[in-house]
Amino acid sequence: MSAHIGGVSNGLNGLDGLNGLSRREFLTAMGGMVVSFAVPTAGASVGALVSAGAGPWPEKIAADALDSWLMVGADGRVTAAVGKIDAGMGIGTSFAQIIAEELDVPMESVTIHMGDTATTPDQRGTGSSNGIIDGGSALRSAGAEARAALMAMAAERLKVPQDQLMTTNGVVSVIVAPERRVTYAELVGGKRFDIKMSGKAKPKDASLYQLVGKSLPREDVAQKVTAKYPYMVDFKLPGMLHARVIRPPQANAKYLGYDAKQKLPGLLNVVTRGDFVAVVCQREEQAIKVARELNVKWSTPAPVFSKSYDALYQRLRETRPDASEENQKNGDVVAALAVAATKLDVFYEYPFQSHACMGPACAVADMSGDHAQVWMGGQKPYPLRKAVAELAGLRVERVRVTWLPGPGSYGMNDADDAAIDAAFISKEIGKPVRVQYSRADGTAWDPKGPPSAIHLRGGIDEKGEAILYHFESHGYSGRVRPSGTDRFGDSLAAQLIGGYKANSSNLFQLPSESYKFANKRRAANLLDWTPSLNTGLRTAHLRDPDGMATCFASECFIDELAHAAKMDAVEFRLKHLSDARHKAVVKAAADKAGWQTRTSPKSPEHGPVVTGRGIAYAPRSGTVVAIVAEVEINMDTGKLRVTRFVAAHDCGFVVNPLSLVGTIEANLMQAMSRAMFEAVQFDEYKVTSSDWLSYPVADIADTPDQIDVVIINNTPDMKSTGAGEPATRPVAAAIGNAIFDATGVRIRRVPFSPEALRAAFNKEIKI
Amino acid sequence: MAKPTRLTVNGKKVSVDVALDTPLLYVLRNDLDQHGPRFGCGLAQCGACTVQVNGEAIRSCVTPLSAVAGKHVTTLDGLADSYVERRKKVAGSLHPVQSAFIEHQAAQCGYCINGWVMTAAAYLDKKPGATEAEIRGALSGLKCRCGTQMSILRAVKLASANMAKDTA
Repeated sequence: MSAHIGGVSNGLNGLDGLNGLSRREFLTAMGGMVVSFAVPTAGASVGALVSAGAGPWPEKIAADALDSWLMVGADGRVTAAVGKIDAGMGIGTSFAQIIAEELDVPMESVTIHMGDTATTPDQRGTGSSNGIIDGGSALRSAGAEARAALMAMAAERLKVPQDQLMTTNGVVSVIVAPERRVTYAELVGGKRFDIKMSGKAKPKDASLYQLVGKSLPREDVAQKVTAKYPYMVDFKLPGMLHARVIRPPQANAKYLGYDAKQKLPGLLNVVTRGDFVAVVCQREEQAIKVARELNVKWSTPAPVFSKSYDALYQRLRETRPDASEENQKNGDVVAALAVAATKLDVFYEYPFQSHACMGPACAVADMSGDHAQVWMGGQKPYPLRKAVAELAGLRVERVRVTWLPGPGSYGMNDADDAAIDAAFISKEIGKPVRVQYSRADGTAWDPKGPPSAIHLRGGIDEKGEAILYHFESHGYSGRVRPSGTDRFGDSLAAQLIGGYKANSSNLFQLPSESYKFANKRRAANLLDWTPSLNTGLRTAHLRDPDGMATCFASECFIDELAHAAKMDAVEFRLKHLSDARHKAVVKAAADKAGWQTRTSPKSPEHGPVVTGRGIAYAPRSGTVVAIVAEVEINMDTGKLRVTRFVAAHDCGFVVNPLSLVGTIEANLMQAMSRAMFEAVQFDEYKVTSSDWLSYPVADIADTPDQIDVVIINNTPDMKSTGAGEPATRPVAAAIGNAIFDATGVRIRRVPFSPEALRAAFNKEIKI
Repeated sequence: MAKPTRLTVNGKKVSVDVALDTPLLYVLRNDLDQHGPRFGCGLAQCGACTVQVNGEAIRSCVTPLSAVAGKHVTTLDGLADSYVERRKKVAGSLHPVQSAFIEHQAAQCGYCINGWVMTAAAYLDKKPGATEAEIRGALSGLKCRCGTQMSILRAVKLASANMAKDTA
């Protein structure tokens, strides 16, 4: 997928890139006409970037070759390749800013090409908010190397020493005689640089930046609101058939057969292997109907899930863990609790949550020949290539995986599983296949963010000093289903087929913070959850893995300590935080919010509607965020509304502040939805959340009246540290603290649904 | 199979030869090459598939082809042209809702954006100058999973104000 950065006027150009088919061909494919994969667009001689076309493809795009990253076309246009994808946050525009800046070319002449294993360097795709960190820095280096090479070539051509040359708008000229000039196209247009990345080319001094750091509009937005942005779901191949999967009606149900005598219009194939079942039809709506109506027989399995969340949290608390980790310990937490004048000993609980992507996953695969091609909408096409090669029994040179924009993915969503399903079905029937998941496949069967029951103990001494903080989580790893699909066994298809091992690993649920207490311990315990791998409750990365859960517990508990110490929540944090950047975001958020120094809860208000404010903060891999939430709650109905968010956000130097603010706001809104509404429902046999009614999310009616974003430390000397997820982290805690401030009731379980709040208020009032 | 169904899509008369109970969404996407309406749930719960039928926003995933026989269907792909035609605007102009979404950069992944633009456009075409409370009501029920609602709300408020000026 290429994001072509230019004005709105030439906005119709999502795919004029090098992923094997030009924009025109892509559109032709849309019309269901013949599409040629053998004709790359720009000069085929220009190396890995445009090797494209029919396979075999390079085993590896050499990361040390400049030609792998950057190409100047005969027309002077610049194409840059990067091993990342754009998950909807507009990173393509930021990448183009970086390239245009380093190379001194106009934004309009830059095309960013992403996520194709045959033509872009493998950076494992996108994850951990590392797009700008890894992708941006690679592109900056490539741009600097290319500019240095162009300067050297121009010096030779113009017979002028390099220090007397300058670059502007794709032209190298003599500083004192600008009419003596040569264009980039004249120097290297359509040809290879044929040089290694030396690592020696110095990127432009940040004080000279013209484009990086500017709020330029995202080019994809105009395409998106005019139906011109190409999505995965728009991709078609000639002769492509439509498949839908049929999942077991209960976890662990065994496939026993289907009624072959049923007459179902359009049905071409029923593909079954183990407990994997799919139907293939000529037309999409036929596949939907057949998947619904085909009589499939399944066994009745023994129950595998807990009966309820109460039962689940009890199981997490009481079962002996399979793995434990302690990542901080000072003082003596046991002795401190014993001597504390005020003792706190509570559990916080966080549920399974679904990615519930806007569109259930879609993928296209063609395994009909001696090469395999897969088009998918997930974040990690590069590892997936290996899994497809394993499934196909082909060397990786014969496999190509190409990313096309999906709906926002927020981690390991259902996209990789759909891609493997498509590949498997295509292999079985020997024809190109498009798999489109149903809403239930997306909500009930996507990998879930893991639950946690978090034990917190604290103490205040007789002088009112907080002397103890003890965090201990009990949950499931968020990498039972791995965060990339490196092998076939990692996929849901393989787990339903049976006999394959997933590369599960431990992700301990621990908070990030820099509080200092005389006695402090942080520990995490994991229960084995690998038996869930063939079910809709298998756990995987969901935006800011475990961040919301651990921060909810930790930052609400900090408020409990502040309350016990009779201190204002901001004052208490500033007193105990040890990191200056952490203190700075807390202060900045409080200042912007107009925070009044006082203890919580606020003095009682008359009438059923009460208001309150809460703060929470969290660091995440170098980025630090503090959030103030202001809420309004109806004590009679339990109805909660966030009226305002203030976010102070420090992710170092910002490439595009406009895109960043959009990304922060979206993080706040999605995290608010997760905090207020979202818990995957299940019974002992199955996941019962299967659509937007059974898995409700925030509505526009829930939108706050105001969001204020304060960006701090945005100076060129600060390292960019990533912004795709950090603002998500403190949201549940900030809202939970605001609920306490408004009502005096401490809510220790997400989500804050009206039913849950009403029940908590009633219970508290009875006491 | 019965005889082909005739309808008008973005001002063009078309005739499609598929089963009458086929949801309009698949006819538009797979037979008529429209990309604006997208599959989100198939249950009329999210709005990603919204199109306008005779100016009313409807969910095409649950609307059978038979229900739109002889009617005018507008998709996001043709929204701007239909606005230009209706309001005699300069060719190439966008619907004010589209312009406002660009102005406010109101999209993350954009998968849902079709539903918001088509619903807001149908609503504001009839009620330019709608207030924020009215807009929240009119757009309620549409889903955006990325959490773009703040900028969507800003965009639709701007479009509402601009359209009120345009009709004044």
